[in-house]
Amino acid sequence: MLTYTIRRLLLAIPTLLFIALVIFLLLELSPGDPMAQMPMSIPPEVKERMREALGLDQPWWVRFYLWLYQFFVVEPQYWIDGLFGTDLAEGAQRIISFQSKSPVFDIIAERIPQTLWVVGMSYVVGVLIALPIGIASAYYQYSWFDQIGTFISMVGFSVPTFFTGVLLIVVFSVNLGWFPSIYDTTLVVDSWASLGQQIKQMAMPVFVLALYNAAQISRFMRASMLDNLGQDYVRTARAKGMREKVVVLRHVLRNSMIPVVTVIALGVPQVFGGAIITEQVFKVNGLGQLLILAVQGNDIPMVMTLTFIFAVLIVLFNLIADVLYGLLDPRIRYD
Amino acid sequence: MPDTVKPILSVEGLQTVFNTRKGEIHAVNHVDFDLRAGELLGVVGESGSGKSVTMMSLLKLLPMPPAEVRNGRAMFDGRDLLQLSDDELRTVRGGEIGFVFQDPMTSLNPVFTVGFQIMEPLRTHMGLSKRDAKKRAQELLELVGIPDAARRLDDYPHQFSGGMRQRVMIAIALACDPKVLIADEPTTALDVTIQAQILELMKDLRDRLGMAVIWITHDLGVIAGIADRVMVMYGGQVVEHAPVKELFRNPQHPYTKALLKTVPSLSGERAKRLTVIEGQPPILSSAPNACSFRDRCPHAMPRCGTENPARYGIGNGHDAACFLVEPEVAHV
Repeated sequence: MLTYTIRRLLLAIPTLLFIALVIFLLLELSPGDPMAQMPMSIPPEVKERMREALGLDQPWWVRFYLWLYQFFVVEPQYWIDGLFGTDLAEGAQRIISFQSKSPVFDIIAERIPQTLWVVGMSYVVGVLIALPIGIASAYYQYSWFDQIGTFISMVGFSVPTFFTGVLLIVVFSVNLGWFPSIYDTTLVVDSWASLGQQIKQMAMPVFVLALYNAAQISRFMRASMLDNLGQDYVRTARAKGMREKVVVLRHVLRNSMIPVVTVIALGVPQVFGGAIITEQVFKVNGLGQLLILAVQGNDIPMVMTLTFIFAVLIVLFNLIADVLYGLLDPRIRYD
Repeated sequence: MPDTVKPILSVEGLQTVFNTRKGEIHAVNHVDFDLRAGELLGVVGESGSGKSVTMMSLLKLLPMPPAEVRNGRAMFDGRDLLQLSDDELRTVRGGEIGFVFQDPMTSLNPVFTVGFQIMEPLRTHMGLSKRDAKKRAQELLELVGIPDAARRLDDYPHQFSGGMRQRVMIAIALACDPKVLIADEPTTALDVTIQAQILELMKDLRDRLGMAVIWITHDLGVIAGIADRVMVMYGGQVVEHAPVKELFRNPQHPYTKALLKTVPSLSGERAKRLTVIEGQPPILSSAPNACSFRDRCPHAMPRCGTENPARYGIGNGHDAACFLVEPEVAHV
């Protein structure tokens, strides 16, 4: 298993380099100009100088190499410096956002907490709701519980988050006034009152996203449980005189979790990607919103860096899913 | 074995129905049989004759719904199995009656070690500690002839061959010293050499442990080699029942006779084609009110279509459900 993991990690290096190249070339080929949003009153020669200052006069391979160097060498150096107070970077050039002219990683670091709190929490809540619902729906197949569960997950799955989000705002913010419609990032949680406020402002976006996640995962869980409930070994477990609880929650669940864990692990990178639409609806200034604004502003270093981080996470969680699969299923041996 | 020995399991009028969308399927109809201590009862019949469903009905191992045990009594140890609460039934399952299923490839849980699966009933029914359960599990694996048992406890089912897995299944069924072992076609999924080994093992175990065994099979050769008494089932009913030698020497029911004819002979000239019983087994959409074998029976009479024959005794513990052996008809 360890050799397998190391082999996969080594294999990830060329994969990620290739992904970086593809993202870079895509951004290179796409129309748009970082200067487009500058006032028209700036003379063309000044604009040209500004462009040179951003390094846009260099050929693409030079800029690609420099970005790689900054991403893999300079930024980790700054990160280590920040942690241990060393001075490895010696003032080297960092990846700078075209829009804000501040380091890309500093901006990302500011945005990550909001995304993790709201989107991450919604994923955790979604999974925690989905698993018991999926198990019960399968065990009591075609019961009223299963029918209601099926209906709710159909709704959660098919109604887009920008609709449920706005609907919740209209009902709970505008009409009832229970929850704020805008997520306040400046809120500092330092007392019970502010914690309550934080929970209140998280409630609606978390609910919207959790419904969507739970809908998907509970369906997977149900299907996987149904697959296993009809297996011969379930009858064997009953013939051994095991309690139903043991039969279902030990024998069947352990088998059913194998594909579901994979699905859950593969869904984690999407958490970091942020829920672009939901973040827009509730004005959560997380990573999703950051990416949208960067795309709109032709902020190439920001788009490039964010997209590449998502790619790294996807590759990483694919590996994690495979390793988990091997741990859960004794029939799978990678060595 | 004398008839005076008190049966350990006594089933009367068992009736099991499946409620399907197309209506009811009467899979088991008024089945009566006894099982005495230490005896091996063979149950034969073709696919769909209700052999497995009969035995699974006793322990409610069928999916319910659609299955429903509608009538009957199954006296075991002074209790009616069919009336037990779920909790009481669980102590019988695995504790007093062990079950071995047909397909050893799918009957073990793939994600737990073999040791864990043997220890589970030991800890549940006998309340053994983990250490004692492990010791007993190892003994059981040795008992069923698995070499290097101590080490193999930590192996997973996929690391065993088919025959070895069936031995593990038998070890699980034997774990709590059951009074009755029900083996549902335990050798059907195995090749013949492994089948012979499992048969030897079962004979040996029965002699050593002295439990009663119900052996379900469609293989008459297996029955001839292992059973004390035989029960032939057709269309969810017992059509003939006799001690094994008596049945093979003197079959009475036309179905049993036809079944025995289908066994290819080793001596004499080789038949050009294998003998078959023409026709299909009946679809049991209602409780039988006529002989269910009449469509395939060479001796069918008008009476067979209007009346379901009872089981008529003909002495020597032999009975058959056919009007041909009905006392007054037989002596005409």
